[in-house]
Amino acid sequence: MKTLNRRHFGVAVAAAILLLATNARADDMEVHIDNFTFQPAELTVKTGTTVTWTNRDDIPHTIVSAGKFRSKALDTDNTFSFTFTTAGDYKYFCSLHPHMTGLIKVE
Amino acid sequence: MSGHDHGDDGVSRRKVLECMTWAGTGVLWTITGGVPRSLGIVDSAMAADAPGMTFLQISDSHVGFDKPANPNALGTLEEAVNKINAMPAKPSFMIHTGDITHLSKAAEFDNAERIISQTKLDVHYVPGEHDFLDEEVKFYRDRYGRGTKGQGWYSFDAGGVHFIGLVNVVDLKAGGLGNLGAEQLEWLEDDLRGKSKSTPIVLFAHIPLWTVYPQWGWGTEDGARALEYVKGFGSVTVLNGHIHQVMQKVEGNVTFHTARSTAFPQPAPGAAPSPGPMKVEDARLRSMLGVASVNFKQGDQRLAIIDTPLQG
Repeated sequence: MKTLNRRHFGVAVAAAILLLATNARADDMEVHIDNFTFQPAELTVKTGTTVTWTNRDDIPHTIVSAGKFRSKALDTDNTFSFTFTTAGDYKYFCSLHPHMTGLIKVE
Repeated sequence: MSGHDHGDDGVSRRKVLECMTWAGTGVLWTITGGVPRSLGIVDSAMAADAPGMTFLQISDSHVGFDKPANPNALGTLEEAVNKINAMPAKPSFMIHTGDITHLSKAAEFDNAERIISQTKLDVHYVPGEHDFLDEEVKFYRDRYGRGTKGQGWYSFDAGGVHFIGLVNVVDLKAGGLGNLGAEQLEWLEDDLRGKSKSTPIVLFAHIPLWTVYPQWGWGTEDGARALEYVKGFGSVTVLNGHIHQVMQKVEGNVTFHTARSTAFPQPAPGAAPSPGPMKVEDARLRSMLGVASVNFKQGDQRLAIIDTPLQG
């Protein structure tokens, strides 16, 4: 096994911390469902971001983006996550209550 | 109509009138040849007294729902069934306009069946969106899909009336409302072909076929197409659920009616931030849940719908 000298180790740690920090920020995007509404309804994220939806209603909802992703029915407090690896606009809706629509813009 | 008196033989005129306060806790109306008649005939049109065919509509049982708006939806379904069993005149059959279960779980379907079967009535179901949540939509289809077309639509005749059960909870489009789809509409047109225009028609589906409140998705995108096909018939009745409250209107020969839920009430259109379950005081809950009974008298094409709350 190759050993790292002190300087290289320091650089590696710094890089890892930076990477973690970047990931933590990118991973942290959330959309809440309250009162049959996606909040925020429109969200702009960087490529590689994971978005997590949480249903806070007493009625199940789904998150569906045609041809891109489709959650199961989320009961109260259930979540669904999707990682956006490609830039673009992702329109989505609740297939049970189609008047509920949202948009994730991935840059 | 009082919830503590299941042995009540029928409903007195006074009680019905008491229930006709604005909340619509008990509503009776009737039409003759498409013309709405006064409520003064309430006595003679009561399902219990009237000859002719009576059937029941039950809706939105949401078995499995246990949130604050009603922690025991199975219990209130059972109360509804007890009320049905206590009716002095046995109805011919029952229709269920969907959302039998809350989350399409096998156990929820089983519990619903266990309670509803205690009526010993034939039940004609159409699905609500809550009944189609399992990945393969297997549980509903296995139980209720036999002999149906497409996603579960069908028709049958009873008492000289042609009944058509429609499915408008599948393949909903972003930003849209309920959806029947081209295949079902084609089937409907075909199903009605050759029927005498004097045949009374009953259309039933989960989501209202008429536009109640599009902001909350309360309507059916292509519902107008279905209504176009039944336009020439002398008596058309459209029965829906989904909105968990009584609403009705008459348009020409077509009468529209939505039934209460047996599980939880929902707010009047626009009266709350969302159409979610409405939490009311425990004492009021049963006045906002219930079933509907529908009576047809042959000959005069008179139809009467009586909405009975679990507790007046």
